Amino acid sequence: MTIAGQEVSVNAEGYLTDLNQWTKEISLEIAQQEEVTMTEKGWEVIAWIQEQYRNEIPLTIRKVGKSGVTDIKEFYALFPNGPLKKASKIAGIPKPVSCI
Amino acid sequence: MSEAKAAPVKKILLILSKATIENVYACFILANGARMEGIESEIFFTFFGLEAINKKKLQDLHVATVGNPAMHIPTILGGLPGMEALATKMMKKEMDKLDIPPVDEFLEMLTASGCKMWACKLAMDMFHLKEKDLYDDIDGVLTVGGFYERAAGDGSQLMFI
Repeated sequence: MTIAGQEVSVNAEGYLTDLNQWTKEISLEIAQQEEVTMTEKGWEVIAWIQEQYRNEIPLTIRKVGKSGVTDIKEFYALFPNGPLKKASKIAGIPKPVSCI
Repeated sequence: MSEAKAAPVKKILLILSKATIENVYACFILANGARMEGIESEIFFTFFGLEAINKKKLQDLHVATVGNPAMHIPTILGGLPGMEALATKMMKKEMDKLDIPPVDEFLEMLTASGCKMWACKLAMDMFHLKEKDLYDDIDGVLTVGGFYERAAGDGSQLMFI
């Protein structure tokens, strides 16, 4: 699949399958599709999420709230209508499986 | 999938009537899970469910060890002193491993997520509770009729716990 002029591999739901292929341009296009407006804070959250993924720490809303980067209320405002899923998609990591 | 797209769930309204920890958590996880999916959620706390937002009680909720066949222990043992506390402690330990927060923190998470929380007026009168006795960030006190009004619109689902 081509996103932002680059050939990337994605799964059936449009999540990147290889974080190494991620670029800011790609995530901007995904954000647009997901109707998310990226802000400076939003990028900080994305960087934090990618770091968790690289350290193999499963993502939960609670962990985002304790990240020191943002709080839960702001996280919902930054990525409206499904923050964990949308932020993961924009960050280029797999869809989270957590219910928390 | 096409069916799901045709009539998506837009709002989940949960009625929590019990205060055993498994019921409270089921309710909170469903409400929080809805918000995580971009679905609106609201909780109506009634009868014993009010304990989950009662400042004096909410940190001391227990799992039921008597009359609960899923505990797989004889009822007579479940009734022994300390049994509920022990089972509750074990359950809380397992929940912590899964990053499930304690009740007070969970209430804060729900507020931050935009979940609306209402206390049942009749149950409050019955248990002689005032608003000051309840978790500070609830959205208000409602009658049954008032809660049903909030379920108006396509895509709303009511669940009783």
